[in-house]
Amino acid sequence: MPSRGLPYLLLLPATVFLAVFFLYPFTQIAWEAFSGPGGVTLSHFATMVNYWKFPAALENTLLLAVAVVPLQTAMALAMAVLVSKLEKGRDLILYIFTIPLGISDLAAGLIWFAIFQQTGFLNSALHALGVVHTPVIWLGYQSKWVIFLAVMLAEIWRATAIMLVIIVAGMGLIPKEYGEAAEVFGAGPWQRFRRVTLPLLRPSLQTALILRTILAFEVFAEVAALGGTNLPVLMGETFHWQFDLQDGHTAAAFAIVILAISIGFTLLYLRLLRVPKGAGI
Amino acid sequence: MKTTFRGLCTALGAVLVLAGAQAKADVLFWSTQAKPVEETQAMRSEVLKGFDGKVNYQANDPGPWLTRVQAEMKAGKGSIQVLGGLHGDFTSLSDGLMDLSKIDLGGVKVNPSFMKLGKLGSKEQKYIPWMQATYIMVANKKALPYLPTGADINALTYDQLIAWAKNLDEKTGSPKFGLPAGPKGLLHRFLQGYLYPSYTGSMVTKFRSPEAVTAWQKLKDLWKYTNPASTGYAFMQEPLLSGAVWVAFDHTARLADALNKRPNDFVAFPAPAGPAGRGFMPVIAGLAIPKTAPDKAAAEKLIKYMLQPSTQIATLRATSFFPVIDVNLPNDMPPSVKASGAAIAKMSGAKDALPALLPMGLGDLGGKFNQVYIDTFQRIILGGQPIKRVLDDEAGTLRALMKKADAPCWAPDAPSKGACPVN
Repeated sequence: MPSRGLPYLLLLPATVFLAVFFLYPFTQIAWEAFSGPGGVTLSHFATMVNYWKFPAALENTLLLAVAVVPLQTAMALAMAVLVSKLEKGRDLILYIFTIPLGISDLAAGLIWFAIFQQTGFLNSALHALGVVHTPVIWLGYQSKWVIFLAVMLAEIWRATAIMLVIIVAGMGLIPKEYGEAAEVFGAGPWQRFRRVTLPLLRPSLQTALILRTILAFEVFAEVAALGGTNLPVLMGETFHWQFDLQDGHTAAAFAIVILAISIGFTLLYLRLLRVPKGAGI
Repeated sequence: MKTTFRGLCTALGAVLVLAGAQAKADVLFWSTQAKPVEETQAMRSEVLKGFDGKVNYQANDPGPWLTRVQAEMKAGKGSIQVLGGLHGDFTSLSDGLMDLSKIDLGGVKVNPSFMKLGKLGSKEQKYIPWMQATYIMVANKKALPYLPTGADINALTYDQLIAWAKNLDEKTGSPKFGLPAGPKGLLHRFLQGYLYPSYTGSMVTKFRSPEAVTAWQKLKDLWKYTNPASTGYAFMQEPLLSGAVWVAFDHTARLADALNKRPNDFVAFPAPAGPAGRGFMPVIAGLAIPKTAPDKAAAEKLIKYMLQPSTQIATLRATSFFPVIDVNLPNDMPPSVKASGAAIAKMSGAKDALPALLPMGLGDLGGKFNQVYIDTFQRIILGGQPIKRVLDDEAGTLRALMKKADAPCWAPDAPSKGACPVN
């Protein structure tokens, strides 16, 4: 006969883990961001906002998320439909699709850097085709949009699979009867997808979007590899202030901004994609 | 269990006694240099082995190094005989250092501009220059025919460098000049120790002066003919070897690979000069004797030994730091040492030589100090923002930094009372 306290007892390790490795560092960071020699202060936020790269870093981070996440959602949905339609080799295809997920973001950045750099694969290919005669500098400071595109590509290539995995799992939960019923009433494939699959996919879509968007705001290693300091992003500036400029307070302020944006978007998704009580499958 | 513990204590005690006894008998050489284990080992077994007497060479981080020196100075007695450190390590110790102006160096001629730095702004010789490293320029020999007429590669001016880079760009079809302007590059040292001093004779005080505006204008001109991939370069030896860059500026250690791998293809030469002189940033280490040294004669003897040509060459092998005296390097030195050694000698020995020291007294604000110069570069050169406005803006940041660190000026800026002013 399990005692009443058992569930709490079982939750204890996870709670302790979260408290030690999330809550404690979080309060420390928050304290760093708001504390100064004379007590509580907003001066670190002032330093951050007045830093000339801050507007660009904020803009680039938001733009990247806005450009990458919808594309990834669409692609993940398409790939998920494709995968779930397969009769044979479904697992194999899923494995192949998820290979980039196993690659660290820095490695992904470096792979794409090897393609785009001055002596990289892209220039070699173009040269071999006779399109260019001298190597083009793709990732130079004058062509920020190319760096932006390259980062987008790297992000999409590497991180779409995380959404795919969640959505495929979600699709597996949808009973076939709904689709078949719709088909009986004459719904075409597109209508079935829009009216049946998508609404029933809401919970997994919500999870996938929250996870992906939060990670998109934390984009760092790919940008560092592909753009260096030419494309400032919030996470890169956090690192820079903490380690190069040895200013933990301002770095903490940057981290708080990233946290605030992430929380904001999470709440937005929770509200937009909320699943009414009892409407689940 | 108990016996083991007692045994350990005895052993520890014996070690301590032995160490103490050794320290008493030997000349204690207390240094911040040659800290990596291999270098320390080489100092002990190669550099110091010829000294007539026993030397106990101890290399430390600057923090612990300073703590012990200060403690001995405060106590008025100590066991350190000779201090070894960078110029910046000595600045706060000036009052506790012996005057070495009458020291017998056995006839070697030490670089006079470094000797002057060794006075630390006083009338006394506070330290004797020991060794140096610096930043120089390297060119692919293919670039030499494009030198502007009348230009001497060993005495270039910034205008000639710009003309050279322009020639290269126009006649070879793409920009061939390169700067280490990547995130891991040392561009800030070029700005602080080369461009600024050469045009303004200052690094900090005249940060937003009219001369500084000219300097940035010149850099803008030069940048037009600079390989734009420079914003990704960290070690210039790489683009030099790949052929993407034909003329480059960097730290000697970051050019060595090119000079060693293809010694016949590259030449090393001094950095250019501007209206205020040939600004360059030597990393100078010096030797000093604290007033508390127990045996000053032995300490002076050790300093004399460290400055002899054979010791200076042994030091170069051990630490990659170059001699501060006139010396012919033997033939078995790596090509990079020979080439950059010659360039350094020409640069520091030039009539218009203007040494600009590494920032000092900034503590953990060093990174932010560098960032001011990098930000200024990124805003003016890469971002195309108006020079005057950016300089005024960044001068505010720089002023606040100097005040926060309360760091007095260092060469080439005139010594200041209190924080170095930004006019």
